[in-house]
Amino acid sequence: MKIVVAVKQVPDTATQVKISGADPKAIDTAGITWIVSPYDEFAIEEALRIKEKRGQGEVVAVSLGPDRVKEALRSALAMGCDRAIHLNDPAWANADTLATAQALAAVIKQEQPALVLCGRQAIDDDMGAVGAQLAEVLDWPCASWIMDEAVDADAKTVRVGRQVEGGLEVFDIPLPAVLSAQKGLNEPRYPTLKGIMGAKKKEIKDVKPGDLGLTPGAPQLMVKKLEALPARPPGRIIQGEVKDAVKELVRALREDAKAI
Amino acid sequence: MRIELTDEQAMIRDMAREFAQEHIAPIAAEIDRDARFPHETVKRMGELGLLGIMVPEAWGGSGADTVSYVVALEEIARACASHAVIMSVNNSLYCDPVWKYGTDEQRARFLKPVAGGHALGCFALTEPEAGSDARNQHTVAVRDGDDYVITGRKLFISTGREASYALVFAQTDPARAHRGISAFVVEKNTPGFSVSKTEDKLGIRASDTAELVFDACRVPAANRIGDEGKGFHIALATLDGGRIGIAAQAVGIAVGAYERSVRYARERKAFGVPIGEHQMIGWMLADMATAIDGARLITLKAATLKDAGRPYTKEASMAKLFAAETAMKVATDAVQVHGGFGFIREAEVERHFRDAKITQIYEGTSQIQKLVIAREVLK
Amino acid sequence: MANAYWCIVEDDRKGAPKKVMSEVLGEAGRLAGGTVEAVWLTDKATDDGIKQLGAWGASKVWVLENAAFAPYIGEVWVPALAELVAKESPKAIFAPVTSRMREFVARLAARLGAGLSADSVGFAMEGDALVATRPVYAGKVLAKMTWAKTPWIATMRPNVFKPAEASVAKSAQVEKPSVKIPTPRMKLVERREEVSTGLPELTEAETVISGGRGMKGPENYVILEKMAAVIGAAVGASRAAVDAGWRPHRFQIGQTGRTISPKLYLGFGVSGAIQHLAGMRTSKVIVAVNKDPEAPIFKIADYGIVGDLFEVVPALTDEFKKLLEK
Repeated sequence: MKIVVAVKQVPDTATQVKISGADPKAIDTAGITWIVSPYDEFAIEEALRIKEKRGQGEVVAVSLGPDRVKEALRSALAMGCDRAIHLNDPAWANADTLATAQALAAVIKQEQPALVLCGRQAIDDDMGAVGAQLAEVLDWPCASWIMDEAVDADAKTVRVGRQVEGGLEVFDIPLPAVLSAQKGLNEPRYPTLKGIMGAKKKEIKDVKPGDLGLTPGAPQLMVKKLEALPARPPGRIIQGEVKDAVKELVRALREDAKAI
Repeated sequence: MRIELTDEQAMIRDMAREFAQEHIAPIAAEIDRDARFPHETVKRMGELGLLGIMVPEAWGGSGADTVSYVVALEEIARACASHAVIMSVNNSLYCDPVWKYGTDEQRARFLKPVAGGHALGCFALTEPEAGSDARNQHTVAVRDGDDYVITGRKLFISTGREASYALVFAQTDPARAHRGISAFVVEKNTPGFSVSKTEDKLGIRASDTAELVFDACRVPAANRIGDEGKGFHIALATLDGGRIGIAAQAVGIAVGAYERSVRYARERKAFGVPIGEHQMIGWMLADMATAIDGARLITLKAATLKDAGRPYTKEASMAKLFAAETAMKVATDAVQVHGGFGFIREAEVERHFRDAKITQIYEGTSQIQKLVIAREVLK
Repeated sequence: MANAYWCIVEDDRKGAPKKVMSEVLGEAGRLAGGTVEAVWLTDKATDDGIKQLGAWGASKVWVLENAAFAPYIGEVWVPALAELVAKESPKAIFAPVTSRMREFVARLAARLGAGLSADSVGFAMEGDALVATRPVYAGKVLAKMTWAKTPWIATMRPNVFKPAEASVAKSAQVEKPSVKIPTPRMKLVERREEVSTGLPELTEAETVISGGRGMKGPENYVILEKMAAVIGAAVGASRAAVDAGWRPHRFQIGQTGRTISPKLYLGFGVSGAIQHLAGMRTSKVIVAVNKDPEAPIFKIADYGIVGDLFEVVPALTDEFKKLLEK
């Protein structure tokens, strides 16, 4: 069973993000620590578990982005993915979620996996759209925010639990399908030293739009500009004994903030 | 000169950092307080390949280099010095010599499980009367047919209680003094081999430091590592590598203490400004950062020389000396930066202070390192 | 009708539109200056529900009622609505951020070849163009987004937009278009209900109480639940508390949990790690109680008490009780 995992490289949460002085539509990438988006790690882990459980198969990591994205793909390979595909071309520099989904779909049509896994959203732009859009472009069924999954013995169907308000909806989905991983699906592994040492021997294939028969057009959604978060007005520490402090807090919430 | 890590070395460091911060740092204070050996996290370190880093994959190890070992060990020590010494002993003092001096048959039996992290190894050289004067070995191994019968006592053995395999040094020919010392692997549960006590210590409290007793302990001759009389050479060569590990551990302890200090100096206010803005504190932090970088660079240099197959005895001793002195100084100043809070357990900086002390003592005291360096300089 | 602003209806699965629709319809009304219409895909529309949508400002409710619309399945919803979009050419398509809308609207945008601004927190017209504001990079930066063409498709973060005032004088015209209903490949096996807490849903609640590592253990959340019952709040948790196994993941607030934007957020024993702030920093009023005066959460809090939450929580609960009993 072949599984494709879509991976995105994002700035580490703890990284300071500054708007670029040269381009108000972009952030200053100098000094940023890049990581694999955490939800994508759940997707990688689940793909590896499916392969390990079945005792055979192939897990292919795919990512779209500039040269630095190779680092993220190498992390995926170190975790245990078998090979990687890097959609690397300036024509994709301004790709929105739809253009990304179209590029990924073109690779997936070539690879013909039984299953595509991705994270529920990338933690940089938090758009959370690529998985669903990929399914639409491929005309495949999909389930978002899955909390558990089980592929049946002959790899024809996957049973998933999709998280919704107030519960979990369990579906049987014929393969091929697209699934997006929610936290709680699994606990991603760390790459082992052997995995890290072995990753350099694995292939990362560079793919251009031409290889996929694509001509990326203008994006449908564009960043007009980025703005710093307006500063919150300074807060107030309420001093004094607990019984007085809570009285004052409740008064302030009611009378000043009108929040209760 | 290149001072960049390779992609693999950087990934190994990052993995060790993430693992240490997420799984080791949260328990470090507790296992220190309870002097509890961290079986669960040590097992996971084994699964990640951190316990046999430089051993080839064929013998259960990770097939990485000494630089990778150093950067990973620093990250582990930054979170917890006890985990670091367990890691260092297993890699440097057990796996390294058994790999280097063992036969393939011995590697299969004694190395593979330990390099793969399924069992732990320890290094039993020190005796009640053989500390810095390691030649003065009183433990004897008497040949009897296909066996040796070992009798004696080993003191202050790191991982001595938890290890399944001990690399034990003993006199096979007392008349030849240190040229009569040989090395043996003794398995736990061998009749006549026992752990008589575990020490209660100032620092690295979660690592076990034990006394091993050999009472007419019969060991097959097939367990002898290297030729008869080669033991002391094996011990010294092993300690060269071990010193790189302890240097990395010391750097990690220093970094842990330093980082807490920087955080505290930014947050804590005195006289209306963060204390880091007071010159006295700022200078202490500057000295800490400078010394740490120096210690790390010598350590990486020694590791690079070892990886290149070049002599590194002097550099290993320099690294160990400078890193240990740095760890002690940085940890002492870190407590000072924290003021009264630094003296309290909750601040955790006092743990770095207690842990730092041993790096100036084990695997050759700072004084012994100076002796080694002087000898090399005067060669 | 052409150029209408469409609002996709999120309902309670029992025939009533959710309250968040007043926010979506309210914002659409402010932007449209023209026609705001509701589009309701459901297995069960009710007259009361339609009246409610009208009262919130929908001039028309497109009712697509079919048993196949429950539960939500993208393969069914997307072609059905796309067919109607092709006929009616709306100018904008809005929906609230809920679990199914998130996927549905993304898939629909792909089907229509249009841009999507997900989880938007603000809109403005600049000339003839709509500009959406959405937080990015863990909420550290705001991005202004524009579309290449209509329909402008966007989802809105709950509790951010001013709700429409319900007006019984207003009513909506009802239209029940016939659209083709595809047969889905995926099949529902079962729905597993979570044990109800009896408290509001985290992402919809106007008041959220959150407990962090300072709660010391799962057994102590009962004091937060007591307060929540008094003020009608949802109870959430920080990642530290969830990772420690004290609360199920569905209660996690933050980057790898839920994003909330309540009118009032009360954090107890929450330190305020960046990844927690990413999920709650658009809350209108933030209250923090922590014994560590250096806790980062105090930097964004409107009101803070430095103290032991185990003393503050019961005292504060009593004060709330006194206030609300008045």
